[in-house]
Amino acid sequence: MATLLQQLINGLVLGGLIALIALGYTMVYGIIQLINFAHGEVFMVGGFASLATYSYFIPESWRSDWWVALPLMALGGALVAVILAVIMERFAYRPLRNAPRLAPLITALGVSVVLKEAVRLFYPGATAPVPFPRVFVDEQYTFEIFDGTITIGSTAILMIAVSVIGAVVLQTYITKSRMGRAMRATAQDPDTARLMGVNPNRTIVLTFVIGAALAGIAGVLYGIQITNVDTEVGFLYGIFAFTAAVLGGVGSIKGAVIGGFAIGLIKSLAGQYFPGGTQYDLVWIFVLLIVVLVFRPQGLFGEPERVRA
Amino acid sequence: MTALLEVENLSVAYGAIEAVRDVSFSVEEGQIVSLIGSNGAGKTTTLRTVSGLLRPKAGDIRFDGKSIANADAHEILERGVAHCPEGRRLFGRMTVEENLHLGAYVRKDAGVAKDMARVYELFPVLGQRRQQKAGLFSGGEQQMLAIGRAMMAKPRLLMLDEPSMGLSPIMTQRIFDTIKELQSQGTTILLVEQNALAALAQSDRGYVVDLGRTTLEGPGHDLLADPRVRAAYLGED
Ligand SMILES: Nc1ncnc2c1ncn2[C@@H]1O[C@H](COP(=O)(O)OP(=O)(O)O)[C@@H](O)[C@H]1O
Ligand SMILES: [Mg+2]
Repeated sequence: MATLLQQLINGLVLGGLIALIALGYTMVYGIIQLINFAHGEVFMVGGFASLATYSYFIPESWRSDWWVALPLMALGGALVAVILAVIMERFAYRPLRNAPRLAPLITALGVSVVLKEAVRLFYPGATAPVPFPRVFVDEQYTFEIFDGTITIGSTAILMIAVSVIGAVVLQTYITKSRMGRAMRATAQDPDTARLMGVNPNRTIVLTFVIGAALAGIAGVLYGIQITNVDTEVGFLYGIFAFTAAVLGGVGSIKGAVIGGFAIGLIKSLAGQYFPGGTQYDLVWIFVLLIVVLVFRPQGLFGEPERVRA
Repeated sequence: MTALLEVENLSVAYGAIEAVRDVSFSVEEGQIVSLIGSNGAGKTTTLRTVSGLLRPKAGDIRFDGKSIANADAHEILERGVAHCPEGRRLFGRMTVEENLHLGAYVRKDAGVAKDMARVYELFPVLGQRRQQKAGLFSGGEQQMLAIGRAMMAKPRLLMLDEPSMGLSPIMTQRIFDTIKELQSQGTTILLVEQNALAALAQSDRGYVVDLGRTTLEGPGHDLLADPRVRAAYLGED
């Protein structure tokens, strides 16, 4: 019982991280039907940028106060991720907006290779995992429960909290604000949104910016939880997040969050209880994906087909 | 006196297909002007070009004396041209109220709430069901919402593309009454219709579009009496 609870907590932590990244996939897909495969690398770059903020910009005397260092690192990570996403949108995807869908997809794959290799080449020591400073208070809370103990770290609590708060704030912004309305309008019917006076380029850039900021923050959270950053994780977490977005119904904010948590939970539970253990935990993620898509091809919360009223 | 909208020798192409070849017309401030013509004549293409969704291949479009031929759609709306598109094109997954808010997207003045109340007054069914999704409404109700949404931009020129399409005669009459009402409140109207009889009867001026060209023009009642118009568009011979 204690083991089960522990695995559920681990699953939620991983799930929150995946959900934060998945939001960027789902929003960009919702508005321009592009699967931005480079988004996982944006998350990875966010991790490195937050590390660089710590190493090169935060004075020694500030580093021990996590409530100073951590927000600054998150800001640095998110800022670099956002700048990257804006450049990517402007120069890689915008020129292909009316091209056949395969062209931007392949471009996205190309961009992701470029980003990964650029970090490997130019970040000192990035050919191997780079240690991440333990800036956050690393309190471990232990509870005696049923037949054993469970441990939850303060980092884990922070990760779950940030992902849930991030998703709620985003959902509120999209449903209630003027710009959120413009984004939904552009997603539903771009031409008619233009007739309302919505500037499509501005709306699309904003979508990329929000997704990248969340991925950048996810990069810092990954760093403090795993205690290193690695150029290899962009691809893996990109796949997790992409799968989460598809599972939840690509285009749906709620779907991306639920999909993220579902994948986190399946991975940690399968690693513990399913045949093959952690060696086969990724298999079960895709089994879940296939089962869901067989019964609901549009994903859990996706719209069946784009209907233009 | 220059007209509010002047379209001069407009030509528009979809790739190699030239849908509009030579369309010229003008709309004086305060008038209702209609473009009539059979299916595929190029009326919708013309309106989409005026509102900036398509770029002209040749010719000029002037609004209030200034060329808008190469302006972006949102700039054209900001200058005062609203377009209620063919097939209504509501945001079906959003509520009535959200659709109206989008209509007022570019406005920064404080009068939005008052204008929304006016739309609800004009179309009470929308007011009663303002929190329901637009996609759930009947065709006539959707057309009311589409017109209301375009009104929310407070345009000087309102372009309506086939507002009576698919509606019952009673509903069509209501839509035409609303158009008259809008005109009496000072909005200039450019109307595209296949329902030539109803459109010309209400219009100060009409133009016939045929195979991408404006071929006949005149005051609405004169065109209604023109034997060529009667033969081609009113099914008489
Ligand atoms: N998106 C498009 N691509 C190619 N051809 C089009 C497109 N839209 C309309 N057309 C063609 O342009 C011509 C004019 O169409 P349209 O402007 O819709 O006419 P109308 O509104 O008068 O019925 C038609 O021959 C139509 O087939
Ligand atoms: Mg048409």
